[in-house]
Amino acid sequence: MGRIVLEQVTKSFGEVTVIPPLDLTIEDGEFTVFVGPSGCGKSTLLRLIAGLEDVSSGRIAIDGTEATALSPSKRRLAMVFQSYALYPHMTVRKNIAFPLRMAGMDKAEQERRVTQAASVLNLTDYLERRPGQLSGGQRQRVAIGRAIVREPSAFLFDEPLSNLDAALRVGMRLEISELHKRLATTMIYVTHDQVEAMTMADKIVVLRAGHIEQVGSPLDLYHNPRNVFVAGFIGSPTMNLITGPEAAKHNARTIGVRPEHITVSATEGPWSGTVAVSEHLGSDTFFHVHGTGLADSITVRAGGEVGFRHGDRIHLTPRADVIHRFDDKGLRIA
Amino acid sequence: MARAVTPRRKAVNTALAWAVGLLIFFPILWTILTSFKTEATAIADPPVWLFFDWTLENYAVVQERSDYSRFLWNSIIIAGGSTLLGLIIAIPAAWSMAFVPSRFTKDILLWMLSTKMLPAVGVLYPIYLIFIQFGLLDTRIGLTVVIMFINLPIIVWMLYTYFKEIPGEILEAARMDGATLREEILYVLTPMAIPGIASTVLLNVILAWNEAFWTLNLTAAKAAPLTAFIASYSSPEGLFYAKLSAASTMAIAPILILGWFSQKQLVRGLTFGAVK
Repeated sequence: MGRIVLEQVTKSFGEVTVIPPLDLTIEDGEFTVFVGPSGCGKSTLLRLIAGLEDVSSGRIAIDGTEATALSPSKRRLAMVFQSYALYPHMTVRKNIAFPLRMAGMDKAEQERRVTQAASVLNLTDYLERRPGQLSGGQRQRVAIGRAIVREPSAFLFDEPLSNLDAALRVGMRLEISELHKRLATTMIYVTHDQVEAMTMADKIVVLRAGHIEQVGSPLDLYHNPRNVFVAGFIGSPTMNLITGPEAAKHNARTIGVRPEHITVSATEGPWSGTVAVSEHLGSDTFFHVHGTGLADSITVRAGGEVGFRHGDRIHLTPRADVIHRFDDKGLRIA
Repeated sequence: MARAVTPRRKAVNTALAWAVGLLIFFPILWTILTSFKTEATAIADPPVWLFFDWTLENYAVVQERSDYSRFLWNSIIIAGGSTLLGLIIAIPAAWSMAFVPSRFTKDILLWMLSTKMLPAVGVLYPIYLIFIQFGLLDTRIGLTVVIMFINLPIIVWMLYTYFKEIPGEILEAARMDGATLREEILYVLTPMAIPGIASTVLLNVILAWNEAFWTLNLTAAKAAPLTAFIASYSSPEGLFYAKLSAASTMAIAPILILGWFSQKQLVRGLTFGAVK
């Protein structure tokens, strides 16, 4: 069981309020991702749940038990840190066994669980090594191993993949997702990378300056962003946000059109401009179009074979049914 | 660009380094040499360097006249005890300063260090009175406690510097893994800081071993360590340079040997904070 409830939680460091009153419920077994730009308070929120920081006010309940004043060691949560935070003086075996040793579990059971975790994470051959002798990916696996052995009520991940190179990151992302499917334990995952958020989450919590901007499933956020901030943050490449007369035509202050919802043509379309940069990914091509009079640059996603080049004049047609409209306050117009 | 060093330059530098080293070591070397001379040779003018009749007579006399092992034992207890006691107090203190600093941590550290700037004789009188009051004069426990306090600022400072280099996330990981504060310090922080703690221990053992002001003023016979042993041979009644040298050599030999075998740790200890 790992249902986590935050009620009117706040956090201030001296005069600075990092988290204004915030309510949030994370259901048992859910993979929740906290996402937002750096400094939005997502890591602080995670540390409040972990108990590594004390809340300034409000309450936190884990599994229906009051946990606000509990020390981190009593909350039955496991955490994976960005820096891995392995114990450098212990072997991999001792690192993974450490939480079990602290819990006073008998040696045979410790050994059984460590062996099992190691085989799940492909670490069997490395058990006698020290963290300094492992690669980044292996260290991250040890950190995960240390978290899973004691069967916590929830896992907390604090930007666990940001120290890995791009290829490894994609691999570990899949491994963590698979782990979640297999264990079906609550996971809270903090990242600034919206691709990680979209691909892994059951539920995404978008944060800005300590405020929750929107909570929803990845596709819910993609299709129905509640405001301009979420619209601009979720989706890759980012949504084109257009103000001015073009927006006024749709009775809105701002309209948003995703790059994948614009078609390109050499000859016809309501908008036109010149290609400043074209990025060929093979499967897709991204055009950055200047001089449209709508915004500084309009990003368009087209098929891999579409062959416009720098300086070409092209025409754009937005899909009328997926234009997002926002009012003066930046809120979505239904 | 790396600095180019010619072989000639290297040779000159090496010779210079040896010269400086020898200059610093000379008093100790001279003491050791003198300890093997007769009293007459010891005061010969011009001084005799290496070619004299080497004798162990002084050592025999010194050992016969005073019980070296008792002084040695006192030194070991006072130096070891004060360092151990200091660590027990300093590890938690340095932990809290390094990992849960408050607004005043820097000030407290500076204030602690400032006590080292006070001339020791300034507090001799009050401490002497306290010792009389509590019957601590000429006791090993009294001296151990005083020397521990004298060196405590240095122990705390050194440990603080080492602890600062340990990432806080590792301690947080230990907390998440269910470690209590005691377990966190015992199983995670201390083993990680072993090199730093070793340097601190070494430096403090040496400082306590060589401490003379308090040992001479607060002991008489029972608790007197090796510094008092040396002092007892610098008598005003006659010149016994050879015997004084023998006593000095016996007193510094243990710490010299310890220092020799732990040079690496010691260098790190003495340059703490200088290199990350």
